[in-house]
Amino acid sequence: MSLLIGSLTIGLILALLALGIFVSFRIFDFPDITAEGSFTFGASTAAALIVLGANPMVACLAAFIAGMLAGALTGLIHTKFRINPLLAGILVMTALYSINLHIMGRSNIPLLNKTTIFTWIETFSNGLSGEMAKTLVLDWEVQVKDLWTLLFCGIGITLFCLVIWWFFRTNIGTAMRATGDNDQMIRALGVNTKRMIVIGIAISNGLIALAGATLAQYQGFADVQMGVGMMVWGLASVIIGESIINDTSVGFVIIGAVLGSIVFRLLVAIALRWGLNPNDLKIITALFVFIALILPSIMKNKKKLTFKKKANA
Amino acid sequence: MLKIQNIKKTFNAGTINEVKALQDVSIIIEEGSFVCVLGTNGSGKSTLLNAVAGTFQIDEGSILLYGFEISKWGEYKRASLIGRVFQNPFSGTAPNMSIQENLAMAMKRGKKRGLGWGLPKSLTKEFQKLVKPLNMGLEDRLESPIGKLSGGQRQALTLLMSTALKPKLLLLDEHTAALDPKTASKVLDLTQQVVSKDNLTTLMVTHSMQQAVNLGDRIIMMHQGQIAYDFQGDDKKRLRVNDLLTLFDELRRKENIDSTVSALLLEHYV
Repeated sequence: MSLLIGSLTIGLILALLALGIFVSFRIFDFPDITAEGSFTFGASTAAALIVLGANPMVACLAAFIAGMLAGALTGLIHTKFRINPLLAGILVMTALYSINLHIMGRSNIPLLNKTTIFTWIETFSNGLSGEMAKTLVLDWEVQVKDLWTLLFCGIGITLFCLVIWWFFRTNIGTAMRATGDNDQMIRALGVNTKRMIVIGIAISNGLIALAGATLAQYQGFADVQMGVGMMVWGLASVIIGESIINDTSVGFVIIGAVLGSIVFRLLVAIALRWGLNPNDLKIITALFVFIALILPSIMKNKKKLTFKKKANA
Repeated sequence: MLKIQNIKKTFNAGTINEVKALQDVSIIIEEGSFVCVLGTNGSGKSTLLNAVAGTFQIDEGSILLYGFEISKWGEYKRASLIGRVFQNPFSGTAPNMSIQENLAMAMKRGKKRGLGWGLPKSLTKEFQKLVKPLNMGLEDRLESPIGKLSGGQRQALTLLMSTALKPKLLLLDEHTAALDPKTASKVLDLTQQVVSKDNLTTLMVTHSMQQAVNLGDRIIMMHQGQIAYDFQGDDKKRLRVNDLLTLFDELRRKENIDSTVSALLLEHYV
Protein backbone atom coordinates (compact mmCIF):
# COMPACT_ATOMS: atom_id res chain seq x y z
CA MET A 1 0.00 0.00 0.00
CA SER A 2 2.81 2.42 0.79
CA LEU A 3 4.14 1.54 -2.66
CA LEU A 4 0.82 2.62 -4.13
CA ILE A 5 0.82 5.89 -2.20
CA GLY A 6 4.42 6.53 -3.17
CA SER A 7 3.57 5.95 -6.83
CA LEU A 8 0.58 8.26 -6.63
CA THR A 9 2.75 10.96 -5.06
CA ILE A 10 5.44 10.69 -7.71
CA GLY A 11 2.69 10.58 -10.35
CA LEU A 12 1.35 13.87 -9.03
CA ILE A 13 4.81 15.46 -8.91
CA LEU A 14 5.52 14.35 -12.48
CA ALA A 15 2.12 15.72 -13.50
CA LEU A 16 3.93 19.09 -13.55
CA LEU A 17 6.21 17.58 -16.18
CA ALA A 18 3.20 16.31 -18.12
CA LEU A 19 1.63 19.79 -17.97
CA GLY A 20 4.85 21.30 -19.30
CA ILE A 21 4.97 18.80 -22.16
CA PHE A 22 1.28 19.44 -22.82
CA VAL A 23 2.03 23.15 -23.24
CA SER A 24 4.92 22.67 -25.67
CA PHE A 25 3.69 19.62 -27.59
CA ARG A 26 -0.03 20.05 -27.67
CA ILE A 27 -0.59 23.80 -27.48
CA PHE A 28 2.35 24.94 -29.58
CA ASP A 29 3.00 21.75 -31.52
CA PHE A 30 6.65 22.35 -30.65
CA PRO A 31 8.69 19.17 -30.05
CA ASP A 32 10.70 20.65 -27.22
CA ILE A 33 13.53 18.42 -26.07
CA THR A 34 14.87 21.16 -23.77
CA ALA A 35 12.67 19.39 -21.23
CA GLU A 36 15.40 16.81 -20.55
CA GLY A 37 17.86 19.55 -19.61
CA SER A 38 15.50 21.85 -17.79
CA PHE A 39 14.15 19.02 -15.61
CA THR A 40 17.67 18.50 -14.24
CA PHE A 41 18.28 22.25 -14.31
CA GLY A 42 15.38 22.76 -11.91
CA ALA A 43 16.52 19.90 -9.68
CA SER A 44 20.13 21.06 -9.51
CA THR A 45 19.21 24.70 -8.92
CA ALA A 46 16.83 23.83 -6.11
CA ALA A 47 19.19 21.28 -4.56
CA ALA A 48 22.16 23.63 -4.62
CA LEU A 49 20.11 26.40 -3.01
CA ILE A 50 18.70 24.06 -0.34
CA VAL A 51 22.20 22.87 0.54
CA LEU A 52 23.14 26.52 0.96
CA GLY A 53 20.28 26.78 3.46
CA ALA A 54 17.69 28.53 1.31
CA ASN A 55 13.99 28.27 2.04
CA PRO A 56 12.65 25.34 -0.04
CA MET A 57 9.87 27.51 -1.47
CA VAL A 58 12.46 30.03 -2.64
CA ALA A 59 14.44 27.15 -4.12
CA CYS A 60 11.34 25.99 -6.04
CA LEU A 61 10.69 29.48 -7.31
CA ALA A 62 14.31 29.80 -8.43
CA ALA A 63 14.02 26.45 -10.23
CA PHE A 64 10.87 27.63 -12.00
CA ILE A 65 12.58 30.83 -13.16
CA ALA A 66 15.68 28.89 -14.23
CA GLY A 67 13.51 26.59 -16.33
CA MET A 68 11.73 29.56 -17.87
CA LEU A 69 15.07 31.07 -18.89
CA ALA A 70 16.14 27.80 -20.51
CA GLY A 71 12.82 27.58 -22.38
CA ALA A 72 12.97 31.21 -23.47
CA LEU A 73 16.45 30.57 -24.84
CA THR A 74 15.20 27.64 -26.92
CA GLY A 75 12.29 29.76 -28.13
CA LEU A 76 14.61 32.62 -29.08
CA ILE A 77 17.05 30.33 -30.91
CA HIS A 78 14.11 28.96 -32.88
CA THR A 79 12.35 32.25 -33.67
CA LYS A 80 15.28 34.67 -34.07
CA PHE A 81 17.69 32.40 -35.90
CA ARG A 82 15.12 30.16 -37.58
CA ILE A 83 16.62 26.99 -36.25
CA ASN A 84 14.47 23.88 -36.29
CA PRO A 85 12.65 23.41 -32.93
CA LEU A 86 14.23 20.01 -32.28
CA LEU A 87 17.73 21.26 -32.95
CA ALA A 88 17.19 24.40 -30.85
CA GLY A 89 16.09 22.16 -27.98
CA ILE A 90 19.06 19.84 -28.40
CA LEU A 91 21.47 22.78 -28.31
CA VAL A 92 20.05 24.15 -25.07
CA MET A 93 19.73 20.69 -23.52
CA THR A 94 23.38 19.92 -24.26
CA ALA A 95 24.55 23.24 -22.89
CA LEU A 96 22.47 22.72 -19.75
CA TYR A 97 24.34 19.49 -19.00
CA SER A 98 27.53 21.45 -18.33
CA ILE A 99 25.64 24.16 -16.48
CA ASN A 100 24.02 21.57 -14.21
CA LEU A 101 27.40 20.07 -13.37
CA HIS A 102 28.69 23.55 -12.53
CA ILE A 103 25.69 24.32 -10.35
CA MET A 104 26.04 21.11 -8.35
CA GLY A 105 29.83 21.00 -8.45
CA ARG A 106 29.66 17.21 -9.03
CA SER A 107 27.29 14.73 -10.58
CA ASN A 108 24.83 14.58 -7.67
CA ILE A 109 23.82 16.31 -4.44
CA PRO A 110 22.19 14.43 -1.57
CA LEU A 111 19.56 16.33 0.39
CA LEU A 112 19.47 14.14 3.49
CA ASN A 113 18.97 16.07 6.74
CA LYS A 114 18.17 19.24 4.79
CA THR A 115 14.94 21.18 5.04
CA THR A 116 12.76 20.55 2.00
CA ILE A 117 9.06 21.03 1.34
CA PHE A 118 8.62 17.35 2.20
CA THR A 119 10.36 17.62 5.57
CA TRP A 120 7.95 20.49 6.23
CA ILE A 121 5.02 18.20 5.54
CA GLU A 122 6.58 15.50 7.73
CA THR A 123 7.04 17.93 10.62
CA PHE A 124 3.45 19.07 10.17
CA SER A 125 2.22 15.48 10.25
CA ASN A 126 4.40 14.56 13.25
CA GLY A 127 3.12 17.57 15.14
CA LEU A 128 -0.45 16.57 14.41
CA SER A 129 -0.40 12.85 15.13
CA GLY A 130 3.06 11.99 16.41
CA GLU A 131 6.03 10.34 14.72
CA MET A 132 5.60 7.00 12.98
CA ALA A 133 1.82 7.29 13.32
CA LYS A 134 -0.04 4.78 11.21
CA THR A 135 -3.58 4.47 10.03
CA LEU A 136 -5.68 2.04 8.07
CA VAL A 137 -6.67 2.71 4.48
CA LEU A 138 -8.81 -0.04 2.95
CA ASP A 139 -7.51 -2.43 5.60
CA TRP A 140 -3.90 -1.61 4.80
CA GLU A 141 -1.60 -0.01 7.31
CA VAL A 142 0.01 3.18 6.00
CA GLN A 143 2.06 5.97 7.50
CA VAL A 144 0.09 9.11 8.21
CA LYS A 145 2.86 11.35 6.92
CA ASP A 146 2.73 9.63 3.52
CA LEU A 147 -0.98 10.42 3.32
CA TRP A 148 -0.34 14.06 4.14
CA THR A 149 2.39 14.21 1.49
CA LEU A 150 -0.03 12.81 -1.07
CA LEU A 151 -2.73 15.27 -0.03
CA PHE A 152 -0.43 18.30 -0.25
CA CYS A 153 0.85 17.20 -3.65
CA GLY A 154 -2.76 16.81 -4.79
CA ILE A 155 -3.64 20.30 -3.59
CA GLY A 156 -0.53 21.77 -5.19
CA ILE A 157 -1.24 20.16 -8.57
CA THR A 158 -4.89 21.23 -8.43
CA LEU A 159 -3.80 24.84 -7.90
CA PHE A 160 -1.37 24.63 -10.82
CA CYS A 161 -4.05 23.14 -13.05
CA LEU A 162 -6.44 25.94 -12.19
CA VAL A 163 -3.84 28.61 -12.92
CA ILE A 164 -2.89 26.99 -16.24
CA TRP A 165 -6.53 26.53 -17.20
CA TRP A 166 -7.22 30.17 -16.40
CA PHE A 167 -4.13 31.36 -18.25
CA PHE A 168 -4.99 29.58 -21.48
CA ARG A 169 -8.43 31.13 -21.47
CA THR A 170 -7.21 34.69 -21.11
CA ASN A 171 -6.69 36.85 -24.19
CA ILE A 172 -2.98 36.15 -24.33
CA GLY A 173 -3.46 32.44 -23.61
CA THR A 174 -6.09 32.20 -26.36
CA ALA A 175 -3.64 33.84 -28.74
CA MET A 176 -1.05 31.22 -27.74
CA ARG A 177 -3.44 28.37 -28.50
CA ALA A 178 -4.20 29.96 -31.85
CA THR A 179 -0.45 30.26 -32.53
CA GLY A 180 -0.16 26.49 -32.24
CA ASP A 181 -3.36 25.90 -34.19
CA ASN A 182 -2.90 28.29 -37.14
CA ASP A 183 -0.13 30.84 -36.81
CA GLN A 184 -0.91 32.56 -40.12
CA MET A 185 -4.43 33.33 -38.94
CA ILE A 186 -3.47 34.81 -35.59
CA ARG A 187 -0.64 36.84 -37.14
CA ALA A 188 -3.22 38.34 -39.50
CA LEU A 189 -5.11 39.33 -36.35
CA GLY A 190 -2.14 41.24 -35.00
CA VAL A 191 -0.37 38.77 -32.71
CA ASN A 192 3.41 38.54 -32.60
CA THR A 193 3.56 34.75 -32.91
CA LYS A 194 7.31 34.62 -32.26
CA ARG A 195 6.83 36.27 -28.90
CA MET A 196 4.01 33.84 -28.10
CA ILE A 197 6.28 30.88 -28.82
CA VAL A 198 9.08 32.25 -26.63
CA ILE A 199 6.75 32.91 -23.69
CA GLY A 200 4.94 29.59 -24.14
CA ILE A 201 8.08 27.45 -24.26
CA ALA A 202 9.38 29.39 -21.25
CA ILE A 203 6.24 28.53 -19.27
CA SER A 204 6.49 24.91 -20.37
CA ASN A 205 10.08 24.58 -19.19
CA GLY A 206 9.36 26.48 -15.97
CA LEU A 207 6.81 23.80 -15.10
CA ILE A 208 9.21 21.01 -16.07
CA ALA A 209 12.02 22.50 -13.97
CA LEU A 210 9.62 22.77 -11.05
CA ALA A 211 8.79 19.09 -11.48
CA GLY A 212 12.53 18.34 -11.33
CA ALA A 213 13.00 20.50 -8.23
CA THR A 214 10.08 18.83 -6.46
CA LEU A 215 11.16 15.30 -7.39
CA ALA A 216 14.70 15.98 -6.16
CA GLN A 217 13.31 17.05 -2.79
CA TYR A 218 10.98 14.06 -2.63
CA GLN A 219 13.61 11.44 -3.42
CA GLY A 220 16.27 13.26 -1.39
CA PHE A 221 18.86 13.93 -4.08
CA ALA A 222 19.49 15.66 -7.38
CA ASP A 223 21.40 13.85 -10.09
CA VAL A 224 22.76 15.13 -13.39
CA GLN A 225 21.19 12.15 -15.20
CA MET A 226 17.71 12.47 -13.77
CA GLY A 227 16.33 14.31 -16.81
CA VAL A 228 17.16 11.56 -19.27
CA GLY A 229 14.02 10.21 -20.92
CA MET A 230 11.77 12.72 -19.20
CA MET A 231 10.41 14.15 -22.42
CA VAL A 232 9.13 10.79 -23.59
CA TRP A 233 7.85 10.13 -20.09
CA GLY A 234 5.84 13.34 -20.17
CA LEU A 235 4.61 12.61 -23.67
CA ALA A 236 3.46 9.16 -22.57
CA SER A 237 1.50 10.79 -19.73
CA VAL A 238 -0.16 13.28 -22.08
CA ILE A 239 -1.08 10.53 -24.57
CA ILE A 240 -2.54 8.30 -21.86
CA GLY A 241 -4.48 11.28 -20.54
CA GLU A 242 -5.91 11.98 -23.98
CA SER A 243 -7.10 8.43 -24.34
CA ILE A 244 -8.69 8.44 -20.86
CA ILE A 245 -10.46 11.74 -21.41
CA ASN A 246 -11.80 12.04 -24.91
CA ASP A 247 -12.33 15.80 -25.03
CA THR A 248 -10.24 18.50 -26.64
CA SER A 249 -11.23 21.51 -24.53
CA VAL A 250 -8.38 22.99 -22.51
CA GLY A 251 -9.77 22.09 -19.09
CA PHE A 252 -10.27 18.42 -19.88
CA VAL A 253 -6.91 18.07 -21.59
CA ILE A 254 -5.22 19.48 -18.47
CA ILE A 255 -7.09 17.04 -16.23
CA GLY A 256 -6.15 14.31 -18.70
CA ALA A 257 -2.44 15.16 -18.48
CA VAL A 258 -2.54 14.87 -14.68
CA LEU A 259 -4.49 11.60 -14.73
CA GLY A 260 -2.21 10.28 -17.45
CA SER A 261 0.84 11.01 -15.34
CA ILE A 262 -0.62 9.18 -12.33
CA VAL A 263 -1.80 6.19 -14.37
CA PHE A 264 1.51 5.91 -16.18
CA ARG A 265 3.46 6.00 -12.90
CA LEU A 266 1.18 3.30 -11.49
CA LEU A 267 1.66 1.12 -14.58
CA VAL A 268 5.41 1.50 -14.24
CA ALA A 269 5.28 0.62 -10.53
CA ILE A 270 3.22 -2.47 -11.26
CA ALA A 271 5.58 -3.54 -14.05
CA LEU A 272 8.59 -3.13 -11.76
CA ARG A 273 6.78 -5.08 -9.06
CA TRP A 274 6.21 -7.92 -11.51
CA GLY A 275 9.92 -8.11 -12.04
CA LEU A 276 10.62 -5.75 -14.94
CA ASN A 277 14.31 -4.93 -15.03
CA PRO A 278 14.58 -1.22 -14.15
CA ASN A 279 17.19 -0.90 -16.89
CA ASP A 280 14.48 -1.72 -19.42
CA LEU A 281 12.19 1.04 -18.23
CA LYS A 282 13.24 3.58 -20.87
CA ILE A 283 12.94 1.19 -23.80
CA ILE A 284 9.49 0.15 -22.61
CA THR A 285 8.50 3.81 -22.28
CA ALA A 286 9.80 4.59 -25.76
CA LEU A 287 8.00 1.57 -27.25
CA PHE A 288 4.84 2.58 -25.48
CA VAL A 289 4.91 6.11 -26.92
CA PHE A 290 5.78 4.74 -30.36
CA ILE A 291 2.77 2.43 -30.31
CA ALA A 292 0.53 5.18 -28.95
CA LEU A 293 1.65 7.49 -31.78
CA ILE A 294 1.06 5.05 -34.62
CA LEU A 295 -2.09 3.42 -33.24
CA PRO A 296 -4.54 6.10 -34.44
CA SER A 297 -3.38 5.85 -38.08
CA ILE A 298 -3.39 2.03 -37.98
CA MET A 299 -6.94 2.09 -36.68
CA LYS A 300 -7.91 4.49 -39.44
CA ASN A 301 -6.36 2.30 -42.13
CA LYS A 302 -8.10 -0.74 -40.71
CA LYS A 303 -11.41 1.08 -40.84
CA LYS A 304 -10.75 2.06 -44.44
CA LEU A 305 -9.92 -1.53 -45.32
CA THR A 306 -13.09 -2.95 -43.82
CA PHE A 307 -15.00 -0.19 -45.52
CA LYS A 308 -13.46 -1.12 -48.86
CA LYS A 309 -14.19 -4.80 -48.29
CA LYS A 310 -17.78 -3.95 -47.61
CA ALA A 311 -17.94 -1.82 -50.71
CA ASN A 312 -16.51 -4.63 -52.79
CA ALA A 313 -18.83 -7.25 -51.37
CA MET B 1 -5.77 56.08 -48.27
CA LEU B 2 -3.13 53.63 -49.47
CA LYS B 3 -0.12 55.12 -51.22
CA ILE B 4 2.31 52.68 -52.80
CA GLN B 5 5.44 54.34 -54.16
CA ASN B 6 8.01 52.70 -56.43
CA ILE B 7 8.05 49.37 -54.68
CA LYS B 8 10.33 46.63 -55.96
CA LYS B 9 10.70 43.01 -54.99
CA THR B 10 12.95 40.37 -56.46
CA PHE B 11 12.80 36.79 -55.20
CA ASN B 12 15.90 34.57 -55.22
CA ALA B 13 18.01 37.53 -56.37
CA GLY B 14 21.29 36.57 -58.05
CA THR B 15 20.29 32.95 -58.65
CA ILE B 16 19.03 31.11 -61.70
CA ASN B 17 15.51 31.23 -60.24
CA GLU B 18 15.49 35.01 -59.98
CA VAL B 19 11.97 36.42 -60.26
CA LYS B 20 11.38 40.13 -60.53
CA ALA B 21 7.94 39.95 -58.97
CA LEU B 22 7.36 43.68 -58.55
CA GLN B 23 9.12 46.18 -60.76
CA ASP B 24 8.64 49.73 -59.66
CA VAL B 25 4.95 49.66 -58.84
CA SER B 26 3.26 52.87 -57.76
CA ILE B 27 -0.43 53.40 -57.11
CA ILE B 28 -2.66 55.56 -54.96
CA ILE B 29 -5.89 54.07 -53.70
CA GLU B 30 -8.43 56.52 -52.35
CA GLU B 31 -10.29 55.92 -49.15
CA GLY B 32 -13.46 53.91 -49.64
CA SER B 33 -12.61 52.60 -53.08
CA PHE B 34 -12.90 48.97 -54.06
CA VAL B 35 -10.08 47.90 -56.33
CA CYS B 36 -9.95 44.62 -58.23
CA VAL B 37 -6.50 43.38 -59.22
CA LEU B 38 -6.38 41.17 -62.32
CA GLY B 39 -3.51 39.47 -64.04
CA THR B 40 -2.16 36.19 -65.38
CA ASN B 41 -0.32 33.70 -63.20
CA GLY B 42 2.99 35.15 -62.12
CA SER B 43 1.99 38.68 -63.02
CA GLY B 44 2.64 39.87 -59.48
CA LYS B 45 -0.92 40.47 -58.35
CA SER B 46 -0.71 38.32 -55.25
CA THR B 47 2.81 39.59 -54.58
CA LEU B 48 1.45 43.14 -54.56
CA LEU B 49 -1.14 42.16 -51.98
CA ASN B 50 1.39 40.30 -49.84
CA ALA B 51 3.77 43.26 -50.02
CA VAL B 52 1.07 45.43 -48.48
CA ALA B 53 0.16 42.74 -45.92
CA GLY B 54 3.79 42.33 -44.89
CA THR B 55 4.25 38.64 -45.72
CA PHE B 56 7.74 39.68 -46.83
CA GLN B 57 9.79 42.86 -46.72
CA ILE B 58 10.00 44.83 -49.99
CA ASP B 59 13.43 45.65 -51.48
CA GLU B 60 12.76 49.29 -52.31
CA GLY B 61 10.01 51.87 -52.15
CA SER B 62 7.48 52.87 -49.56
CA ILE B 63 3.97 51.92 -48.53
CA LEU B 64 1.90 54.56 -46.78
CA LEU B 65 -1.34 53.49 -45.20
CA TYR B 66 -3.48 56.05 -43.45
CA GLY B 67 -0.42 58.24 -42.95
CA PHE B 68 1.74 55.46 -41.51
CA GLU B 69 4.84 54.29 -43.34
CA ILE B 70 4.24 50.56 -42.87
CA SER B 71 6.82 49.02 -45.18
CA LYS B 72 9.19 48.29 -42.29
CA TRP B 73 6.48 46.99 -39.95
CA GLY B 74 6.15 43.29 -39.20
CA GLU B 75 3.17 41.40 -40.54
CA TYR B 76 1.49 41.23 -37.13
CA LYS B 77 1.88 44.97 -36.55
CA ARG B 78 0.29 45.86 -39.89
CA ALA B 79 -2.68 43.74 -38.86
CA SER B 80 -3.80 46.57 -36.59
CA LEU B 81 -4.74 48.48 -39.77
CA ILE B 82 -5.38 45.66 -42.23
CA GLY B 83 -7.98 42.91 -42.41
CA ARG B 84 -7.20 39.90 -44.57
CA VAL B 85 -8.99 36.97 -46.19
CA PHE B 86 -6.82 34.28 -47.76
CA GLN B 87 -7.32 32.12 -50.82
CA ASN B 88 -7.20 28.94 -48.77
CA PRO B 89 -10.40 28.71 -46.67
CA PHE B 90 -8.38 26.91 -43.97
CA SER B 91 -5.90 29.76 -43.54
CA GLY B 92 -8.10 32.32 -41.89
CA THR B 93 -9.44 30.42 -38.90
CA ALA B 94 -8.06 28.26 -36.09
CA PRO B 95 -9.63 24.82 -36.78
CA ASN B 96 -9.44 23.32 -33.29
CA MET B 97 -10.92 26.34 -31.56
CA SER B 98 -14.61 27.12 -31.36
CA ILE B 99 -16.43 29.57 -33.61
CA GLN B 100 -16.91 31.98 -30.72
CA GLU B 101 -13.26 31.78 -29.67
CA ASN B 102 -12.22 32.60 -33.22
CA LEU B 103 -14.62 35.52 -33.33
CA ALA B 104 -13.43 36.72 -29.92
CA MET B 105 -9.85 36.75 -31.17
CA ALA B 106 -10.96 38.78 -34.16
CA MET B 107 -12.54 41.35 -31.83
CA LYS B 108 -9.02 41.94 -30.49
CA ARG B 109 -7.34 42.44 -33.86
CA GLY B 110 -4.36 44.72 -33.41
CA LYS B 111 -5.20 45.43 -29.77
CA LYS B 112 -3.20 44.59 -26.71
CA ARG B 113 -3.91 41.11 -25.39
CA GLY B 114 -3.50 40.86 -21.65
CA LEU B 115 -4.77 38.63 -18.89
CA GLY B 116 -8.42 39.56 -19.36
CA TRP B 117 -10.89 36.73 -19.97
CA GLY B 118 -10.53 35.62 -23.58
CA LEU B 119 -14.20 34.86 -24.10
CA PRO B 120 -16.44 37.13 -22.01
CA LYS B 121 -20.03 35.91 -21.68
CA SER B 122 -21.30 39.25 -22.93
CA LEU B 123 -19.85 38.58 -26.38
CA THR B 124 -21.90 35.45 -27.08
CA LYS B 125 -25.11 37.39 -27.77
CA GLU B 126 -23.19 39.77 -30.00
CA PHE B 127 -21.73 36.87 -31.97
CA GLN B 128 -25.15 35.33 -32.48
CA LYS B 129 -26.32 38.59 -33.99
CA LEU B 130 -23.18 38.76 -36.11
CA VAL B 131 -23.45 35.30 -37.70
CA LYS B 132 -27.25 35.13 -38.01
CA PRO B 133 -27.38 37.10 -41.30
CA LEU B 134 -25.14 34.46 -42.90
CA ASN B 135 -28.14 32.08 -42.86
CA MET B 136 -25.84 29.14 -42.22
CA GLY B 137 -27.29 28.14 -38.87
CA LEU B 138 -23.99 28.98 -37.17
CA GLU B 139 -25.69 30.96 -34.39
CA ASP B 140 -26.62 27.67 -32.70
CA ARG B 141 -23.19 26.11 -33.16
CA LEU B 142 -20.96 28.80 -31.70
CA GLU B 143 -19.28 26.30 -29.42
CA SER B 144 -18.32 23.75 -32.05
CA PRO B 145 -14.80 23.83 -33.49
CA ILE B 146 -14.41 25.70 -36.76
CA GLY B 147 -12.60 22.73 -38.34
CA LYS B 148 -15.99 20.97 -38.57
CA LEU B 149 -17.37 23.63 -40.94
CA SER B 150 -17.25 23.65 -44.74
CA GLY B 151 -14.81 25.79 -46.70
CA GLY B 152 -17.53 28.27 -47.64
CA GLN B 153 -18.68 28.64 -44.05
CA ARG B 154 -15.12 29.15 -42.90
CA GLN B 155 -14.46 31.72 -45.60
CA ALA B 156 -17.64 33.60 -44.67
CA LEU B 157 -16.54 33.62 -41.03
CA THR B 158 -13.05 34.77 -41.98
CA LEU B 159 -14.65 37.66 -43.83
CA LEU B 160 -16.69 38.60 -40.77
CA MET B 161 -13.62 38.24 -38.56
CA SER B 162 -11.37 40.41 -40.71
CA THR B 163 -13.96 43.18 -40.81
CA ALA B 164 -15.38 42.88 -37.27
CA LEU B 165 -13.24 45.83 -36.22
CA LYS B 166 -13.45 48.16 -39.19
CA PRO B 167 -10.02 47.84 -40.86
CA LYS B 168 -8.37 50.76 -42.67
CA LEU B 169 -7.76 48.38 -45.55
CA LEU B 170 -9.28 45.04 -46.49
CA LEU B 171 -7.14 42.63 -48.51
CA LEU B 172 -8.90 39.78 -50.32
CA ASP B 173 -6.57 37.30 -51.99
CA GLU B 174 -8.69 35.30 -54.47
CA HIS B 175 -10.85 34.44 -51.52
CA THR B 176 -13.49 32.65 -53.59
CA ALA B 177 -11.14 30.73 -55.90
CA ALA B 178 -11.16 27.54 -53.81
CA LEU B 179 -14.95 27.39 -53.42
CA ASP B 180 -17.60 25.79 -55.61
CA PRO B 181 -19.45 28.29 -57.85
CA LYS B 182 -22.58 28.46 -55.71
CA THR B 183 -20.69 29.03 -52.47
CA ALA B 184 -18.35 31.44 -54.21
CA SER B 185 -21.21 33.67 -55.32
CA LYS B 186 -22.65 33.56 -51.79
CA VAL B 187 -19.33 34.64 -50.29
CA LEU B 188 -19.04 37.30 -52.98
CA ASP B 189 -22.47 38.71 -52.10
CA LEU B 190 -21.41 38.80 -48.49
CA THR B 191 -18.19 40.58 -49.46
CA GLN B 192 -20.18 43.25 -51.25
CA GLN B 193 -22.51 43.71 -48.27
CA VAL B 194 -19.71 43.93 -45.72
CA VAL B 195 -17.62 46.31 -47.81
CA SER B 196 -20.46 48.68 -48.67
CA LYS B 197 -21.83 48.68 -45.11
CA ASP B 198 -18.66 50.23 -43.67
CA ASN B 199 -17.45 51.74 -46.94
CA LEU B 200 -14.18 49.82 -46.57
CA THR B 201 -11.13 50.51 -48.68
CA THR B 202 -10.63 47.17 -50.40
CA LEU B 203 -8.00 45.54 -52.55
CA MET B 204 -9.21 42.30 -54.10
CA VAL B 205 -7.09 39.96 -56.19
CA THR B 206 -9.17 37.80 -58.48
CA HIS B 207 -8.90 35.42 -61.37
CA SER B 208 -12.43 36.00 -62.49
CA MET B 209 -12.92 38.83 -64.95
CA GLN B 210 -16.65 38.61 -64.35
CA GLN B 211 -16.07 39.40 -60.68
CA ALA B 212 -13.83 42.32 -61.54
CA VAL B 213 -16.43 43.74 -63.93
CA ASN B 214 -19.31 43.32 -61.47
CA LEU B 215 -17.58 44.46 -58.33
CA GLY B 216 -15.74 47.54 -57.27
CA ASP B 217 -15.02 50.88 -58.80
CA ARG B 218 -11.54 50.32 -60.20
CA ILE B 219 -9.65 47.60 -62.06
CA ILE B 220 -5.90 47.21 -62.13
CA MET B 221 -4.34 44.77 -64.54
CA MET B 222 -0.90 43.55 -63.64
CA HIS B 223 1.62 42.15 -66.09
CA GLN B 224 5.22 41.08 -65.49
CA GLY B 225 5.43 42.79 -62.15
CA GLN B 226 4.05 46.09 -63.38
CA ILE B 227 0.68 47.75 -63.63
CA ALA B 228 -0.30 47.40 -67.27
CA TYR B 229 -3.76 48.99 -67.20
CA ASP B 230 -5.72 50.99 -64.67
CA PHE B 231 -9.41 51.74 -65.18
CA GLN B 232 -11.43 53.93 -62.88
CA GLY B 233 -14.65 55.92 -62.87
CA ASP B 234 -16.68 55.81 -66.08
CA ASP B 235 -13.98 53.83 -67.88
CA LYS B 236 -14.39 51.06 -65.36
CA LYS B 237 -18.19 51.17 -65.61
CA ARG B 238 -18.07 50.78 -69.38
CA LEU B 239 -15.61 47.87 -69.20
CA ARG B 240 -16.96 44.42 -70.10
CA VAL B 241 -15.46 40.96 -69.84
CA ASN B 242 -14.77 40.89 -73.59
CA ASP B 243 -12.78 44.11 -73.36
CA LEU B 244 -10.66 42.61 -70.62
CA LEU B 245 -10.10 39.45 -72.68
CA THR B 246 -8.93 41.55 -75.63
CA LEU B 247 -6.51 43.37 -73.36
CA PHE B 248 -5.16 40.09 -72.04
CA ASP B 249 -4.60 38.85 -75.58
CA GLU B 250 -2.89 42.09 -76.48
CA LEU B 251 -0.53 41.75 -73.53
CA ARG B 252 0.28 38.19 -74.46
CA ARG B 253 0.90 39.09 -78.10
CA LYS B 254 3.12 41.98 -77.11
CA GLU B 255 5.11 39.63 -74.95
CA ASN B 256 5.64 37.20 -77.84
CA ILE B 257 6.51 39.95 -80.31
CA ASP B 258 8.96 41.46 -77.86
CA SER B 259 10.98 38.33 -77.53
CA THR B 260 10.94 37.36 -81.22
CA VAL B 261 11.62 40.89 -82.39
CA SER B 262 14.57 41.28 -80.12
CA ALA B 263 15.90 37.94 -81.36
CA LEU B 264 15.52 39.18 -84.94
CA LEU B 265 17.22 42.43 -84.18
CA LEU B 266 20.01 40.58 -82.48
CA GLU B 267 20.60 38.44 -85.56
CA HIS B 268 20.73 41.39 -87.92
CA TYR B 269 22.54 44.04 -86.04
CA VAL B 270 24.92 42.44 -83.61
